[in-house]
Formats: sequence, C-alpha cells, structure tokens
Amino acid sequence: MPILWLILIVSAIAAVGYVLGRARALQSAGGDSRNLHSLPSFYGANVTLKTLVPAVGLLIVWLLAQPFFVNSQVSGMIPESAIKEGSSRSLVMAEVRRTAFGLDNAVAQGNLTESAASDAQVDVVDVTQRLKDAGQVVTSDITQPVLRAAQSYRAMSSTGYTMMSVAVLVVALIGAAIGWLQTNADYRARNVVEKGVGVLLLAAASIAILTTVGIVLSLIFNTWEFFKLYPASEFFFGMTWAPSFSGRGGLSELGIIPLLWGTLYISIVALLVAVPIGLFAAIYLSEYASPRLRSVAKPLLEVLAGIPTIVYGLFALLTVGPLLLDIFGDSGLGWMKAGTAVMTAGLVMGIMLIPFVSSLSDDIINAVPQAMRDGSYGLGATQSETIRQVVLPAALPGIVGAILLAASRAIGETMIVVLGAGAAARLSLNPFEAMTTVTAKIVSQLTGDADFASPEALVAFALGMTLFILTLGLNVFALYIVRKYREQYE
Amino acid sequence: MNDMTRVERAVDSKDIKINAKKVQVYYGDTHAIKDVDVAIEDKTVTAFIGPSGCGKSTFLRCLNRMNDTIDICRVEGDILLDGEDIYDKRVDPVQLRAKVGMVFQKPNPFPKSIYDNVAYGPRIHGLAKNKADLDGIVEKSLRRGAIWDEVKDRLYAPGTGLSGGQQQRLCIARAVATEPEVLLMDEPCSALDPIATAQVEELIDELRANYSVVIVTHSMQQAARVSQKTAFFHLGNLVEFGETGQIFTNPVDPRTESYITGRIG
Repeated sequence: MPILWLILIVSAIAAVGYVLGRARALQSAGGDSRNLHSLPSFYGANVTLKTLVPAVGLLIVWLLAQPFFVNSQVSGMIPESAIKEGSSRSLVMAEVRRTAFGLDNAVAQGNLTESAASDAQVDVVDVTQRLKDAGQVVTSDITQPVLRAAQSYRAMSSTGYTMMSVAVLVVALIGAAIGWLQTNADYRARNVVEKGVGVLLLAAASIAILTTVGIVLSLIFNTWEFFKLYPASEFFFGMTWAPSFSGRGGLSELGIIPLLWGTLYISIVALLVAVPIGLFAAIYLSEYASPRLRSVAKPLLEVLAGIPTIVYGLFALLTVGPLLLDIFGDSGLGWMKAGTAVMTAGLVMGIMLIPFVSSLSDDIINAVPQAMRDGSYGLGATQSETIRQVVLPAALPGIVGAILLAASRAIGETMIVVLGAGAAARLSLNPFEAMTTVTAKIVSQLTGDADFASPEALVAFALGMTLFILTLGLNVFALYIVRKYREQYE
Repeated sequence: MNDMTRVERAVDSKDIKINAKKVQVYYGDTHAIKDVDVAIEDKTVTAFIGPSGCGKSTFLRCLNRMNDTIDICRVEGDILLDGEDIYDKRVDPVQLRAKVGMVFQKPNPFPKSIYDNVAYGPRIHGLAKNKADLDGIVEKSLRRGAIWDEVKDRLYAPGTGLSGGQQQRLCIARAVATEPEVLLMDEPCSALDPIATAQVEELIDELRANYSVVIVTHSMQQAARVSQKTAFFHLGNLVEFGETGQIFTNPVDPRTESYITGRIG
C-alpha cells in the first residue's frame, strides 16, 4: 500500500474519531455541554491525538529503521568472493540497491513480470538485457550474487512495507478505541490535549536541534576519516592547494592556507564596502530621513537582501568584472588580467551585505532611547554631534554584532565567489588577481564523479568543518558582544 | 500643607529673563497651548503646575526649542529671551540650547564615564582651553550638582552605574557645565525616591543664586517648597500666574483653588 494512502486512511480514522469522541462526550453529559469537564471539541481532539500521534510516530520510526535492517540482512548474504578487488562491501550494496530499484521500475513499466523479477532461478543475462531495454541504468553487468541479493532485498522490503501498513493501521485503531472508550463527562480531555500539544511542539523543536547535531556529527566523522588519510598538519599548514583527481594518495597537496587567505581577503574587501555604506545608510534612514521616505526606502533596501546570490554572481561576472577590467586591466592601469578577481567578488559581496548591515544597524540605532538624543540636544549639540558622540557609542555593541553577522555571511558565501573570483587557489596580496575561497573549493571537490573514500573528496568535510567552526565562532562572539552590552542602555 | 508657611519669602522685583507672549502650540491639528503669557524672572525658581496633559511640559520645551525635534509640532507667538525672539529665523537653536539648559524627567546620562558626561557640553561648545581647564569645569559643575563628593573617586566609571538620584544630579551637573543662563527642569524628581528628591530640591534652591530655573512638577508640595513664582496650567490655558505664596494660599481663579485643594486634576 503506498504511504500516501496509509496516511490518508489514518487521517480518516482520526477524523471519524474526532466526530465520535465529541458525540460520545455530549451523550455522556446528557446532551448538555455544560456538564462536561472540557469543551466538546477537546474530547474529539483527544481521540484524534491518540489516533494520529502513535500511528504516525510508528510510521516514521519504521520508515527510518527498515532500510538499515534490510541492508544489514542482505549485506550478510553477499559472499566475500563476490566483492571484487579494490571494491568494498558498501559499493556492492549500492549496486544491489540500484538493481533492486531497477527491477521495481521494470516491473512497473511492464518490461518484466513480477514472477520473473523475483524468481531466484532466472537467467542473469536475460534480466540484465531486459533492465537495459527498460532504460534502467545498470552500470556493469549484473552478477549472480548481486541479482540474488537484489531479489531478496526487494522481497524483504515489500514484506516490511506490508507489515508496516498493518501495524500502523492497528495502532491507529487501538489509539482511537482507547480515546473513545476513555471519553465520559468527567474525563479531563482539556488537560490531556494541552499536554499533547506541548509534546508535539517539543518534538518539533527537538527535530530542529537533532538535525543540527546530526549535521555536525557527520562533519566530524568525515573529517576524522579525512585526517586518517591525510596528515592534519599538512592540511592546516600547507601552503599549496593542488588536488589531483587522477592519482591516488600522496599526489594531492591539500593545504587550507591559500583557501583561508582567499576567504578572508574577499570577506575583508566585502566588509570594507558594506560596513561604511550600510552604516551610513542606516544613520540616514533612522536619524535624518522623514518617516515617509523611510517607509519607502527601507523596504527597497531590504529587497537587496532578497536577491538570490547566484544573481549577484551573474552581476559580478557580466557587469562588475568587465567594468573593473576596463579600468584596471591592460587597457587601463594594467593591474588586472581577467574579470574574475578578489576585487570583483569582494565588491559584489559587499553590495549583497549592505542590507544586512543597514537593516540591523537601523533597528539598533532606533532602539537607542530618545532620552539620550534629547539630553544631547538639550545641551546644545548639533544633530551630527549627537549621532557621533551619543547615539553611535550607545548603539556600538549592536552595530558590532551586525557587522560580525555580516562577516559570517561573507565567509560562507559561495556563488558570488565561484562566478566572480575564479577558481585558482593562490596566496597573493594583489586584489586584482583571481583567488578562491573555502566554500568554492568544497563545491568543486564534490561536484562530478566523486569517490567518497578518497582524500580529495573527504577534504570537503574538513573544509566544511573549518568553515563551520569559523562562522560559529564569529556568531557566538557577535551574540556575546550584543548580550553583554545590551542591558546598559535600557 | 505645612510648607505653606515657608513660602513667605522675600521676592525682590528682578529682571525679566524670558518673556512669552500669546504663545500657541499645535501638534498636528491639536491645539495644545492656547494664548499663554508668562514672564520668567532672572535668579528665580518658577514652577509650572497642573494636571497631566495640561501643556506645561510642552510649554517648557518651547523655551529652548526642543519641540523642533518633533515634526508635527508648530509654535506661534513670541518668546523673548533677553528681549530677542528665540523663534527668529536668525537664531540657531543649537546656540539657544547652550544658553537654556534642560534637565529631563528620567535621568538620562550618556553611556560614557561620569567625567565625559559632564565634559560633553563644554567639549562641543569649546568652552575649555586645555585639559586642566576642562578638569576645572567638570569639578565645578559636579560641585554645583552636589554630587562631587560622591563621585570624585570614580570619575571614569560609567555614569549609568550611579543610583537614580545620583544620575539626576549628574544630569543637572551636565546641564550646568555649559554655563546656561536658564535651566529648564521637566519633572526632575518624578523618578526619584524622597531622599534623592530632597537632595535635588536643595540643589535647585542653590542654583537660584546663579540661574533662572523653570521647573515642571506634579507635586504641589514641591512647587511650594522650591519656587518663588508659580504658573497653573489647565487644558492648555495658563489659568493663573503669580507669587507662589499667593497662589497656594489665596488663589484668584476658582480652578486653581480646586486643583490645589485636590478637587480637580
């Protein structure tokens, strides 16, 4: 049974449960809802919750657990002899899964009968040919053990799904029955439903947090794998970035320093653009602009924040790069060789960051109490004196926080760099030379046919981890500064 | 009101410092101040009393053009400081505010050190020739603000770390540091406890020797204690203006009598 149907049926049981629970509650109170402990709808919701939560919970757990279970069972069926030299059990298992998937699709398209797909004695060559005819991608010819494994993979999966459907439906019905039977005039349905809602909200929050933990853990494990294959000291202190995709081991030089330098250099250029412009824009908007102008200009400025970064990347590639080349290139000052350069990416990234700085700073400047300004004006200070000497110092911690948040955006930015700064990892001081960043290199290490066991691919995780720690540190530092100085002005 | 006996004090006839004639203030379409005539004397404490929303703070803010910072506010009529119209186009509000200092309802020290708070005005107006001169101004102002003894050992500690009463006296010292001729105080004690209030009131009485002080207050006792002249505002009108003793013991207008005896307001 498809999962969509299963969910619809469970929902239908829940909906019927709602109506029945509500009716039973009213009936037990003699038709007068004032005799009930809770409002009638709470009794209905009680039955619904008891139907949905355990059933859907079981469904999710089953869907997550079944592939692991089937995988480990099937994996045990493959003999050592079937694993080729230089390959591994996990690669063979991937092949098995692909084959099973191909069989499923072939059956669905009618190229293969169900009995042929699950027949253990079927001819391997024939099945392979049929799969290829059906357009199911089979990389190499299927071997006998792989086909057998794929067949039992299919069989176990389909049994598993049937069992799951039955189990989920039974749990839903039992839940509905319990909820319905509990219903009487004295049952505290409101308290139960309120508690249930609390648990659901908690579950949502935990999923968000657990996902983050999962991401971090996967980064850590893969980074650990990488450092087993490649020495950490060479990664952190190596001055050259020269991955080799053809060779294996020892040929690649994976030093992070050129990438970190590129990241920091481009970010600094971006911040040099974004901070003054953003801050001045914020000061103008919050202190000088009339309310009408502000109500128009602020949303317009924030539109900049809504432009996808790939569009900024195009802007860098097609507009800013050629423009800079005209001025600083061979026809001009002769400092620049190509349109892709640190300057191009930095300028465009700076434009992207303006709304971050200006919008946050504007809010922070507005939060400075009017009493501070009045105090300063009352002493005969001019508007700019007031802003420079009272408003900005009072808002400074918040502004620093805004700048640090913008900095962590700049460090994590990818598309503008890919299109604007080029792909050459290089240690240079010339801002008109092409350089690249950590993020852009993560992209190039993982796109294309990547072998996830090689240091050339695993280095992406080490780069990601470094980047993550860098931006996490910046964010924590920004929050620390903002919190530490906040109460002083309230 | 035992303090009534204290208001029998010598009031010499003095020069008029601020003369307001036919002042009208509008907030958008609201007519907030109607036809107010007040003559504020030099070296005198003048109290503005009246129920909430009667316009006394608005009128006070007209005297140093603080209402300029409110977009929808419009002021008509003449306000003369030493005979010059402060709403004249040639008058720079920044210079005016240096001459007419202001202390606000809530203590609002800047997020700077105590020293920098007091030195703020002298610095922006260039009143000090050198560091020693500035130190002298700061010390003198803090002494006038009756807070020198409490802060002299921690001049470089943040002004926001002081207690409420100390903060308000710091703000008074800050206002005094620019050597104003008139000091406007908008309910300076409303955020303070009775002890701090007593200290600030004592300070106001001392300031009278050098400045013309205008104080807005909700406390009639306070007006009776610190002022020589009292103006009673009601619904945007100046109802009565005269000697404090006379206003509190023998008011002319029935509305004044109702207010000070607690029947309205």
